[in-house]
Amino acid sequence: MDAHIQVKNLNVYYSKQQALKNINIEIPKNQITVIMGPSGCGKTTLLKTFNRFLELTGGTQLTGEVLVDGQNIYDRDVDVTEVRKVVGLLAQRPSPLPMSIYDNVVYGMNIHRMKKDRKEYKAAVRHYLEIAGLWDEVHKRLHDPATSLSIGQQQRLCLARGLAVEPEIILGDEPTSALDPISSQNIESRLIELKKQYTTVIVTHTLRQAKRLADYVIYMYLGEVIEAGSAREVFNDPQHERTRAYLEGQI
Amino acid sequence: MGFLKKKRWQRRHLVETFMKFIMRFSLVIVAGSLGLILWIVVVRGTPALSLDMVTKIPEGGYYMGKGGGILNAILGSLYLASGGTLLAMIFSVPIAMYLKTYLGDSKWGYYVRLSLDVLWGIPSIVYGAFGFTLMIALGLRASLLAGIIILALIELPIMTRAMDEVIRRMPIDLEHAALALGSTKFEVALRVVTRQMLPGITTAILLGFGRGIGDAASVLFTAGYTDRIPTSLMRPTASLPLAVFFQLGSPYPEVQQRGYAAALILTIIVLAVSLGSRWLSARLNKYTIK
Repeated sequence: MDAHIQVKNLNVYYSKQQALKNINIEIPKNQITVIMGPSGCGKTTLLKTFNRFLELTGGTQLTGEVLVDGQNIYDRDVDVTEVRKVVGLLAQRPSPLPMSIYDNVVYGMNIHRMKKDRKEYKAAVRHYLEIAGLWDEVHKRLHDPATSLSIGQQQRLCLARGLAVEPEIILGDEPTSALDPISSQNIESRLIELKKQYTTVIVTHTLRQAKRLADYVIYMYLGEVIEAGSAREVFNDPQHERTRAYLEGQI
Repeated sequence: MGFLKKKRWQRRHLVETFMKFIMRFSLVIVAGSLGLILWIVVVRGTPALSLDMVTKIPEGGYYMGKGGGILNAILGSLYLASGGTLLAMIFSVPIAMYLKTYLGDSKWGYYVRLSLDVLWGIPSIVYGAFGFTLMIALGLRASLLAGIIILALIELPIMTRAMDEVIRRMPIDLEHAALALGSTKFEVALRVVTRQMLPGITTAILLGFGRGIGDAASVLFTAGYTDRIPTSLMRPTASLPLAVFFQLGSPYPEVQQRGYAAALILTIIVLAVSLGSRWLSARLNKYTIK
């Protein structure tokens, strides 16, 4: 397996409680990995360790390593803003920035000084809005506030905004849980289209979504990884009792 | 009729009608008072309002009905309120930021907010007396500077608390969204937080300005009153609220009328500032996340 993210001996503590217990997994490149498990099992915590979002919550402690392309993102000399540029995040609820649709897409490119002039920015905005499947709906009102969009459109805007900083990895923290079925489907198809170019890691609590999206599956329970493997293997022939129980709807 | 019962005048319906009446009555009282105030000021003030009133300073015999205007008070009030607002801003923005960033909802945060709320409630005459005592102790005379300092003290708690409330409502998701794109904390503060907060902060500042320009009691002791336009921070200065006060106290009807005209000018300034701030914050508000 061509691993993009490698997690080695990862432990996470919230004040005194241990949230993640000795995690050792690898996340395959340019595939969709789905992390699933019952609520409170540590799915989101694990996801947050990949873009160093865990440190935004006070009182957390972390030991072990998370390697992206072989480099430990928790090394002292690593610039956290660079980590987050390479590892993008699609949050649970869309949260557009307080600016226009256009400026939302430009924001990330602008802080990282990725383009030279207005023309390049304009082209990039169009490009990423097209990838997110939003261009046709918004190209006539690019300078309207981002909040004038529907929630589903806002989430696609957030996708475009995230892709615009040219990440290699996309994290999704239940990215469709706030959306209506049609918008969810739209986001899911985007993620499937994008998986050839991006390594995608999705946390979800809906089994059906996991089955639709996953190439690779990680099943977690009470802060531990119980089982990890290709979607076909895990869904058809789970090796572990707990995974089987979850897939059959007993947990 | 099927299952839907006809509306009857039951007790609960009567209660609702009565409550609605009380609410409407309150609205009428408030709107009516505002209307009456404006009406009296306009009716009594307009006849005395002339170009001279707003372009000239009092000439000899002005207070017995002769020529001149109250440019001294208009400019004095603008200087006082602008200076006070600027000074208060310099201190209230960092205090509000400190409250949000470091004190939060801690015990100290609670005490700081409590003190600000108490300060907000202190009558301005007390501020005036305090300023006066301080000036005597320091051997200072009534001056524009003293007026500005005392107005800044009055405006500070209003502005700080108003900003504090605005900043506390900053959605955390917004910061996270910007951080997730690889922003530094400073970029988040500069490009995202300020954009989100600007309308609220503008409103807070203008709220302070409104209180400052209308205050008579505090400037009475500290800024004094003069017929000249202030040319230095160390000179005393006139102000509109005091111009109203002195002229209304005059036995001459013409002068009294000019008092109303001064009140009208003050009202127009305050109205312009608050309408302006509405307009400005609506413009700035366009992009904020609700």
